[in-house]
Amino acid sequence: MDLRYTPEEIAFRDEVRAFLKENLPEDVRQRLGNGEYGNKDDLVSWSRILNDKGWAVPHWPVEHGGTGWDPMRQYIFLEETQKWPAPQPLAFGVNMVGPVIYTFGNEEQKAKYLPRIANLDDWWCQGFSEPGAGSDLASLKTRAVRDGDHYIVNGQKTWTTLAQYADWIFCLVRTDTQAKKQEGISFLLIDMKSPGIEVRPIVTIDGGREVNEVFLTDVRVPAENLVGQENKGWDYAKFLLGNERTNIARVGMSKQRIARIRELAGLEMSGGRPLIEDQRFLEKLTAVEIELKALELTQLRVVAADAKRGNTGRPDPASSILKIKGSQIQQATTQLLMQVMGPHALPYHADEIDGSNEPPIEPDYAAHAAPGYFNYRKVSIYGGSNEIQKNIIAKAVLGL
Amino acid sequence: MDFDLSEEQSILKDSLDRLLADRYGFEDRKRHMASPEGWSADMWTQYAEMGLMALPFAEADGGLAGTPVETAIVMEALGRALALEPYFSTVILGGSFLRFGGNDDQRAEYIPAVADGSLKLAFAQVERHSRYDLHHVETTAAKDGDGFVLNGQKSVVLHGDSTDRFLVTARTSGGARDEAGIGVFLVDAKAPGVTVRGYPTQDGARAAEITFENVKVGAADGLGDPANGLPLVRRVVDTGIAALCAEAVGAMSAMHALTVDYLKVRKQFGVAIGQFQVLQHAAVDMFVAIEQARSITLFATMMADSDDADERGRAMHAAKAEIGRAARIVGENAIQLHGGVGMTMEYAVGHYFKRVTMIDTLFGDGDHHLRELAAKGGLMAA
Repeated sequence: MDLRYTPEEIAFRDEVRAFLKENLPEDVRQRLGNGEYGNKDDLVSWSRILNDKGWAVPHWPVEHGGTGWDPMRQYIFLEETQKWPAPQPLAFGVNMVGPVIYTFGNEEQKAKYLPRIANLDDWWCQGFSEPGAGSDLASLKTRAVRDGDHYIVNGQKTWTTLAQYADWIFCLVRTDTQAKKQEGISFLLIDMKSPGIEVRPIVTIDGGREVNEVFLTDVRVPAENLVGQENKGWDYAKFLLGNERTNIARVGMSKQRIARIRELAGLEMSGGRPLIEDQRFLEKLTAVEIELKALELTQLRVVAADAKRGNTGRPDPASSILKIKGSQIQQATTQLLMQVMGPHALPYHADEIDGSNEPPIEPDYAAHAAPGYFNYRKVSIYGGSNEIQKNIIAKAVLGL
Repeated sequence: MDFDLSEEQSILKDSLDRLLADRYGFEDRKRHMASPEGWSADMWTQYAEMGLMALPFAEADGGLAGTPVETAIVMEALGRALALEPYFSTVILGGSFLRFGGNDDQRAEYIPAVADGSLKLAFAQVERHSRYDLHHVETTAAKDGDGFVLNGQKSVVLHGDSTDRFLVTARTSGGARDEAGIGVFLVDAKAPGVTVRGYPTQDGARAAEITFENVKVGAADGLGDPANGLPLVRRVVDTGIAALCAEAVGAMSAMHALTVDYLKVRKQFGVAIGQFQVLQHAAVDMFVAIEQARSITLFATMMADSDDADERGRAMHAAKAEIGRAARIVGENAIQLHGGVGMTMEYAVGHYFKRVTMIDTLFGDGDHHLRELAAKGGLMAA
């Protein structure tokens, strides 16, 4: 047992840092560091810089553009980009539909979609949740009926993140209404420009426009856009949801946020002293830091176990811990960041949130603190709520 | 980075687990507890024969050159078995004093005796008003010719009633809370002027209150610098904290396994109670806390040998704070999920609960270490 990075791993980490320093525009880093939501242009241009370097999709198989890094290097890369911070890849393409396509798709689909995902030529969004199908996802109702060499799709998807930018949506649709609910679902790729698709924004409690409703009315989808076999979509969905074990904990992001909390708590005053000297605040922050250190080691244990299995096996149920703890820590840090701002968390900076052009309310670094806190309530809900994660652990690990 | 045990480490783990599974059941433990020493001399011999006492010492001193990983393996196994023997006092604390503070003569005299199981040591540090502050020392060591004369009282000396020698912190100069002026002395338990009052502890082990009244110690019995022994004490206690964390992980894992088994067999309302989601989630909360505790214990284990006192200290603060938090979540839930059965002395789970609760009170509870780490600026700088 040796929990230090090897000299090779340290050299690799330094190479990643040097690349970030050299290639990521400083203004992008600044915006992300300030807690602003990533914007589309920054992400597209950064994805292309990464793709030119061959680093856009590190965890993919080498023949589809992956780097061949072992899980430890993949983790180091992720952690360094999050700490920097650099824009994080569009998960819907790179981490979700991409692996489904290269694992279950046919050769035409791999050739058509994978290079465009890696270069962010296509912006993907996820059509899973429906108004009546949240945690009980398998009860989804969006219907796809075969009509010659097309499917006709009717239904409604919701919580569709960044659908306003999307070129494509991957959808779970019901293709057999007679079968058991998990066995009548298929995985379909749908062009967002298809007639019959309408996207309506949902304004979330932070004031942001991140998620949408997507209505599908008599949308004609070529049958060749079916991934894998008809009625096997639930298997692919489970694969997709369990696949995110290397970045769901977001350890690097939380480290970056804690560093920012320390910095800003040194500027904000409390009782005539910098807030960072306030015992109660400091102990709360330190408690989160300790939990984060433990989570980092838990994450590395999962990564090391993956490496040992050759990264081919089914996801470790321990990855559910990463989701639970990772989300709790992200939420605790956004709460502390908001607390740092004190009364200055109150103003709603419409200009920052939706791009109007008023001069900023001071201090401008407070603009995203409360919205960040409100927005991050989502992280214990999406991707299988924390309660669903506990059900998974109870069943798969504890045998209850 | 590599989380795997070496072949030798796996053998150590397997053979100790097997020994304890065979010889240290709940009924065996009850018998040991009822004996006059409160632990098993027979098991002590077995540990010595397995080489556990020699484990952490350098080969040149007659040891097996084990690292903190080996120590963690042993402590986790002892934690799972709720072992009562004075391994922590003698080998972890006493042994660390000899390793880090002993001169050539002292190491030659004492380490072989610890390694073969014939010498037991106990750390006399806590005082009535010291709480968790290692630098709060009122016991005095006044210069007396070449040696010193000790006067004072020590509380909660683990296994102080069955030890051969004490390692005593005593003030050679300065006021009660000065960091300088603390010495560490090896004192024979039978020396004139030493009074030992032994008692059982809440978790079924033994401890003692020790009074030193004009106890003479020779020049050769000082360990390290008698004018500045605090860094040595801190280093020893850091080693001890890492070991206690591993013990707690062992005890918590065993407690969790008992609890999950119970959820599967106990029936109410016509079904196994483990089918109730509210109980499942409580069992998962325990599981998550244990895995986090295991992770932070790896961190403490990795740092336990560091020569960088600041970095090492921060790691131990973090680990002990996390263990304290986990002990509460795991222990309280274990009792709650067992219901009335968890409240009885006749069932093992309560004994695990008591042990992890008492571990939190040793060398600083969770709040103490959180405060210390906060005052040092947290972990991120480390």
